[in-house]
Amino acid sequence: MNYNWDWGVFFKSTGIGDERYLDWFVTGLGWTIAVALAAWIVALALGAVLGVMRTVPNRWVSGIATTYVEIFRNVPLLVQLFLWYFLVPDLLPQPAQDWFKLGLAPETSAYISVVVCLGLFTAARVCEQVRTGIQALPKGQLGAARAMGFRLPQIYRYVLLPQAFRIIIPPLTSEFLNIFKNSSVASLIGLMELLAQTKQTAEFSANLFEAFTLATLIYFTLNMSLMLLMRLVEKKVAVPGLISVGGK
Amino acid sequence: MEFDFSGIIPSLPGLWNGMVMTLQLMALGVVGGIILGTILALMRLSHSKLLSNIAGAYVNYFRSIPLLLVITWFYLAVPFVLRWITGEDTPVGAFTSCVVAFMMFEAAYFCEIVRAGVQSISKGQMGAAQALGMTYGQTMRLIILPQAFRKMTPLLLQQSIILFQDTSLVYTVGLMDFLNASRSRGDITGLPHEFLIFAGLVYFTISFSASFAVKRLQKGFAP
Repeated sequence: MNYNWDWGVFFKSTGIGDERYLDWFVTGLGWTIAVALAAWIVALALGAVLGVMRTVPNRWVSGIATTYVEIFRNVPLLVQLFLWYFLVPDLLPQPAQDWFKLGLAPETSAYISVVVCLGLFTAARVCEQVRTGIQALPKGQLGAARAMGFRLPQIYRYVLLPQAFRIIIPPLTSEFLNIFKNSSVASLIGLMELLAQTKQTAEFSANLFEAFTLATLIYFTLNMSLMLLMRLVEKKVAVPGLISVGGK
Repeated sequence: MEFDFSGIIPSLPGLWNGMVMTLQLMALGVVGGIILGTILALMRLSHSKLLSNIAGAYVNYFRSIPLLLVITWFYLAVPFVLRWITGEDTPVGAFTSCVVAFMMFEAAYFCEIVRAGVQSISKGQMGAAQALGMTYGQTMRLIILPQAFRKMTPLLLQQSIILFQDTSLVYTVGLMDFLNASRSRGDITGLPHEFLIFAGLVYFTISFSASFAVKRLQKGFAP
């Protein structure tokens, strides 16, 4: 077992077409970002709705949201992904099944499954953050809005949510970063995202340490730059006078 | 589409073996992770800039990469590394490389929990212990850590439940944990859907009851 170090491996040809190994990493990073961003939109939209539902003074509505959160938090991500990829398509009506399994390119159907899976999985976490944000607001806000004659939807739309979202940016940031890391499970259903490309490079070139070092560096850089970006956003939208709540 | 769950019953012993492996992975990961995490936390809190920077870099590093990447990398790399260290071919199973991956990865998360726990102990405790003539090591071991661990037990348990779910990622290296056992039994018996749903239900039941118990415990712990 001799190991030949070669940091120039990324600029070598893969032997497939005129692709270099570096091109594989670029494609992989593209898929990782595409999965994470699409899933994040799903998670944020659904998570906001569920978070509001959990704080609404109606036991049925909040019960539904609580059940959702418990289910999606207590089943491993990989099991959820297999359910979405192997089970759910079989439950669709026949024409939709044919379209999903035969009509779409394999990576497209894998992509859809991963985005739905990660989106719904992360929505449960976003929901809890939104709920915490709403509950962290002073009780007087709700009372004052009521006293001014706002109806419940208006209270959420104009008073509670705009403040809640701004104070939960730090925990939302960590969920945002998690979605990038969690998107690596897509490699297990054949989507060629960053981790899958790394494994493939390691197998093709036999330079596994170089390949995994580069992958680690990419994830690390991605993480750090997103964190810095979110800090800027956080500063920009901070609620004046509510710094102490946001800093908790 | 119809489901036939009765086909699962003959496979229960095989699934149980998978669950045993899942629980072993979790237990070893938690124990090793807490030990290594505590060491890292003490390094981060120490007065030595160097030690605290090393621990900080370790935590940052492992928290910014996916667990799946760590598992895959260790699985491929551990045989090489051992060869460099020992100079001879040492066969390592997937189980060992996964346990090492879990320990090192979880240590970064446990470190942050332990650090927060130690910092939550009032400064007076440290001062009082030192006034009694205790060394730094004695103060940590006899005064600070026992109180900190008591405070952070719920968080440590919560992290363990997360690890219980994350052990399913060993699927990628082909270890027969509970998920992989369910998947392969499903393929053999031609009932992949039923086995997958069953696996989901089992994971859910265990995690849900464990989190519920932790919440109860947390209420009991609150002053």
